[in-house]
Amino acid sequence: MLNRQGRPTQGTVSAHEPHATFTGNRALQQIEPLIFEIGHTETTGVDIDPPAPFKSRLGAHARKGEIGLPGLSEPEAMRHYVRLSQKNYGIDTGLFPLGSCTMKHNARLNEKTARMPGFSDVHPLQPVSTVPGALEVMLELSRYLMTLTGMPAVALSPKAGAHGEACGMMAIKAAIAAKGEGATRNVVLVPESAHGTNPATAALIGFSVRSVPARPDGTVAVEDVKALLGPDIAAIMLTNPNTCGIFEPQIVEIAAAMHEAGAYFYCDGANFNAIVGKAKPGDLGVDAMHINLHKTFSTPHGGGGPGAGPVVLSERLAPFAPVPFIHLEGGTPRLVETEADAPEGTAPFGRMTAFHGQMGMYVRALTYMLSHGADGMKQASEDAVLNANYIRAGLSDLMSLPFPDHPSMHEALFDDEWLKGTGVTTLDFAKAMIDEGYHPMTVYFPLVVHGAMLIEPTESESKASLDLFIATLRDLAMAAKGNDKERFTGAPHHAPLRRLDETRAARQPVLKWMPPAPLAEAAE
Amino acid sequence: MRYLPLSDTDRQDMLARIGVADVDALFSDVPADKLLKAPVDLPRAKGELEVERIMAKMSARNVSASAVPFFVGAGAYKHHVPATVDHLIQRSEFLTSYTPYQPEIAQGTLQYLFEFQTQVSALTGMEVANASMYDGSTGTGEAVLMAHRVTKRRKAVLSGGLHPHYAGVVRTLSEMANDEVVTLAPDVAATEDILAQIDDETSCVVVQSPDFFGNLRDLKPIAAKAHAHGALLIAVFTEVVSLGAVTPPGEQDADIVVGEGQSIGNALNFGGPYVGLFAAKSKYIRQMPGRLCGETVDASGQRGFVLTLSTREQHIRRDKATSNICTNSGLCVLAFTIHMTLLGQAGLTRLAAVNHANAVALADALAGVKGVSVLNASFFNEFTVKLPKPAAEIVEALAAKGILAGVPVSRLLPGAGLDDLLLVASTEINTNEDRAAFVAALAEVL
Repeated sequence: MLNRQGRPTQGTVSAHEPHATFTGNRALQQIEPLIFEIGHTETTGVDIDPPAPFKSRLGAHARKGEIGLPGLSEPEAMRHYVRLSQKNYGIDTGLFPLGSCTMKHNARLNEKTARMPGFSDVHPLQPVSTVPGALEVMLELSRYLMTLTGMPAVALSPKAGAHGEACGMMAIKAAIAAKGEGATRNVVLVPESAHGTNPATAALIGFSVRSVPARPDGTVAVEDVKALLGPDIAAIMLTNPNTCGIFEPQIVEIAAAMHEAGAYFYCDGANFNAIVGKAKPGDLGVDAMHINLHKTFSTPHGGGGPGAGPVVLSERLAPFAPVPFIHLEGGTPRLVETEADAPEGTAPFGRMTAFHGQMGMYVRALTYMLSHGADGMKQASEDAVLNANYIRAGLSDLMSLPFPDHPSMHEALFDDEWLKGTGVTTLDFAKAMIDEGYHPMTVYFPLVVHGAMLIEPTESESKASLDLFIATLRDLAMAAKGNDKERFTGAPHHAPLRRLDETRAARQPVLKWMPPAPLAEAAE
Repeated sequence: MRYLPLSDTDRQDMLARIGVADVDALFSDVPADKLLKAPVDLPRAKGELEVERIMAKMSARNVSASAVPFFVGAGAYKHHVPATVDHLIQRSEFLTSYTPYQPEIAQGTLQYLFEFQTQVSALTGMEVANASMYDGSTGTGEAVLMAHRVTKRRKAVLSGGLHPHYAGVVRTLSEMANDEVVTLAPDVAATEDILAQIDDETSCVVVQSPDFFGNLRDLKPIAAKAHAHGALLIAVFTEVVSLGAVTPPGEQDADIVVGEGQSIGNALNFGGPYVGLFAAKSKYIRQMPGRLCGETVDASGQRGFVLTLSTREQHIRRDKATSNICTNSGLCVLAFTIHMTLLGQAGLTRLAAVNHANAVALADALAGVKGVSVLNASFFNEFTVKLPKPAAEIVEALAAKGILAGVPVSRLLPGAGLDDLLLVASTEINTNEDRAAFVAALAEVL
C-alpha cells in the first residue's frame, strides 16, 4: 500500500507467514498509517467560516508560510483513532496486573460527573463568587483525604505523584529553613527499593541522597536508619506498603527515630490503596504523604496521565503548604491564591503549578469515594490484599518468592530464581503473557530483586478471573521449565506487532515524522 | 458494592486456600494498635443515582462558561471542542490503559504520541518535541532546569510579561534548588529592557508571547543577545491557538519552547488537567525532561513506536535523572492531537483568524466606552484594558449582571499598582450579542 507521497506505509508481510494477507491487515487488526501519510493540509474536519475582512492587530508578527499540519475529515479521523485504540490493552480489555500502578476498574460515573458543566466548563480565574460549588468539591475531597489518612492538612494542587513528592519535600525543606537549619540538614535517606522518583525528587530540590540498605526480608530496619541519622539528615522517603508489597513492620519506630533526630518522615503513598480504611498514616508518624488519585481513587490512567498527587501534611508542616489553598474563616471558605494574601500563621513555600490543580481528577476521586463509602473503601483494600495473596498462594510452588516471611499486601513479588537454567528471562515470560491475552506484570522493579515480577491484581478481579490467570501462569511456568523456550523468546507472536527493537530507537532517535525524500533522490 | 466482584463465599474460599483464618491475618505486619477496628468516620456506600445527585448539586452552584457572555483568559481559554474528541478519548482502550511500557500492546498510545510530537514540532517551528508535560507552568519550570543543565549555569532571567503563576512556579523550584532568578517588574506595554539583564552568568531568558498582557513580542533580538552570552532563550505561550496566526518561536531562534495546550481539545476544568507542550532544538534532546516516543521496527521489520531515551529518566537514573517526572498528560495529549488532526493547517489557520477578528472587534468596542482604553500595540485574542475604577470591583459588578468579563490583573499581581487593569480574552465562542452585552453592561457599571 502506498500513501499519497508514494511511501510504503507498512513493512512487507513475511512470506513464510501462513495465510499472509495482501493488505497486511488481520481482520479486526488494521494497519494504520500516520496522519501525515493520510491527511492533507487543505483538509479539515472542522467547519469554520473565515472572518469578514478586518484590520489585523498582529503587527509584524503574522505567521508566514506553511505550518505543515495535515487535517482529516471527521469520518477519516474517527476511523484513524478507533483503529489506533484497537492496538491498545486497557483495564476493560482484561486483567492488568501492573504492580505498583494499581490498574483498578474505572467507573464511568466518575467520567460523567467530571463532565458536568459546573466542573468541566468553569474557568480557574472567573470570579470566586461564581464557583462556590468548585470550592465545595475541593473542601469535601480534602475532608475525605484527611479523614482517611488521619492527617490535619492537605495540599491539593500537585499534578501527579512525583509532583506531590516534590511538594511534600519542599514543605519539609521550608520547615527546616524556618528552624534555621537549612544550611546543615541537606541529606535525604532513600531505601534501595524506592521508586526512582524518590531520589530524583530529592535531588531536584537540592538535597543529596543517601541510600538505606534493604534487609534480606525486603524491609527497612530501624537500626539501619538510626545508624545513618545525624544533624545533616533532613528526612527519609519511605514507601509504605513498600515496593516489595510488604507493610514496613518497623514504620512507627522509624518515624519516631526520625523525629527524635530532628528530621521528617516523607511517606510515598503510591501504595496507599492497600491500607485505605485499615490504617491511618497519621497514626504511623508520617509528616507528609502524596496520594495518587489515579491509583488509589481510580481516576483513569489514560495511557499515562493526567494524574493528581495531593499531599497530606502533619501539623508541623501544614503552615508551609503552597498556594493556592482554601482557608476557612468562621466557616466561610476563602481561596488564597498569592503568598501576599496568606493568612496569619501560614508561610506558604510558593506555588507548584498555575491555577488550582487537577479539578477534573478531584471530581472523579470524590465520586469514587462517595460511591464506595467508608465501608466500601475498607472492603476494597481488603479485597485487593486478598486477591494478591490468593495469586501468591496459587503460584508459589512454581515461581520463587524472594520474601516468603511476610504476607503480601496488595501486590505479590516474585523473582527469577525459578527461571535459572531455562534460558527464559523475566522479559520473555512477560511477553508470553501478552500472547495469552494478559497485560504483563511490572518487571525488573523493584531493583533490589533479581528479575523482579510484581503482580498487582487489584480488588476489581473476580475469583473466576483470578483462577484463570493463575492457571495460565502455571501453564506458562511449566512450559518455561519444560524446554518450550521458543514460546517465550520469540513472544509475543499474536500481538499487533512482534517484539520491538528498543535499542535501535535509542541509538538512532526518530522522534517525529519526516517527509520522505523525493523518489528520484531516494533511488540514488 | 457494585465495583467489588468477590462474594463472601469467594472470600472464605480464598482465605482457606491461602491458609489464614481471616483477612486481618494478612495485615499482620501492621502494628496491632494501629490497625483500625471499625470503618473511618465517613458516610457509607451510595448507589449511582444518589452520588450523581450529590455531585450535580455542587456542579449547579457554579456559573459555567457556556451559560453567559464569557471573556476570561489569562492562561486558560474557552474554545469549542468537536464532539468527536470527547467520544474518542473515552474509548476503553485509551481511557483505561497505562503508560506504554509494553509497546507490543500499546501501539495506539505510542502512535498518537509520535503524531503529537510531530504536530507540536510543526506548530512551534522546533526540531523536536516531547510527549507532554503536566501543563505550561510546570513545563516552564522544567525548561529552566533543562537550560541550567545545558549551560551549566544557575541564573534565569524572567520577563515581566511572563504569566505570574508561571513565574511563581519557576521561583519556587529555583529557591528550593538554590538557583538564582531575576524577575523583571510587570511589563504591561512590553517596553522592558530585558537585553540589559543578560550577562555571562545567565543560563536562560524566559519570554512569553503573546505575553500575560496580550502583547506580541519580537524574540529574535533576545535570542541573539542570549546566544552571544552563551545563554538560552526559552519562549513561552499560554494560548496555543495563537500559533495558527503568529510567527512561531522556532523561526525566531528560540532554544526551548514551552506552552499550554489546553485550548486545543481540552475543557477549562477549573484549571486542570491540562497539557504542557515542550519542544527544543534537537541538539538538546538528551537533556529534555519527560517521555519521548520514537520510531523503530519490530522483529519482523514492521514499523512501530516505543518510549525511548529513557536513560534520562528517574526509573533508570534515579537522583541523576533529568527530571522526576513519571506521569505525563496522556489523555489530554490525545484530546489535543485529535482536535488538531480535525483542524489541520486549514482549520487552525481559520480558527486563529476568527479568534483574532473577535478580539479586534471587542477591543474596538470597549475602547469606545467612556474612560476605557486598550493598552496593547499588538495582540492576538487577549488584551489589557485600563479602567477608571478598580478592575476587581468591575468584574464582580459585571458577574452580578451575568457577564464574566475577564481577569483583574490585581488577582495575580496584588500590590503592584495595577488595580485598574483588566485582561480580556475573546475566542470563536463569542458572538456579536456577547460583545454588545459586555459593552453595554460595562458602560452601566462604570
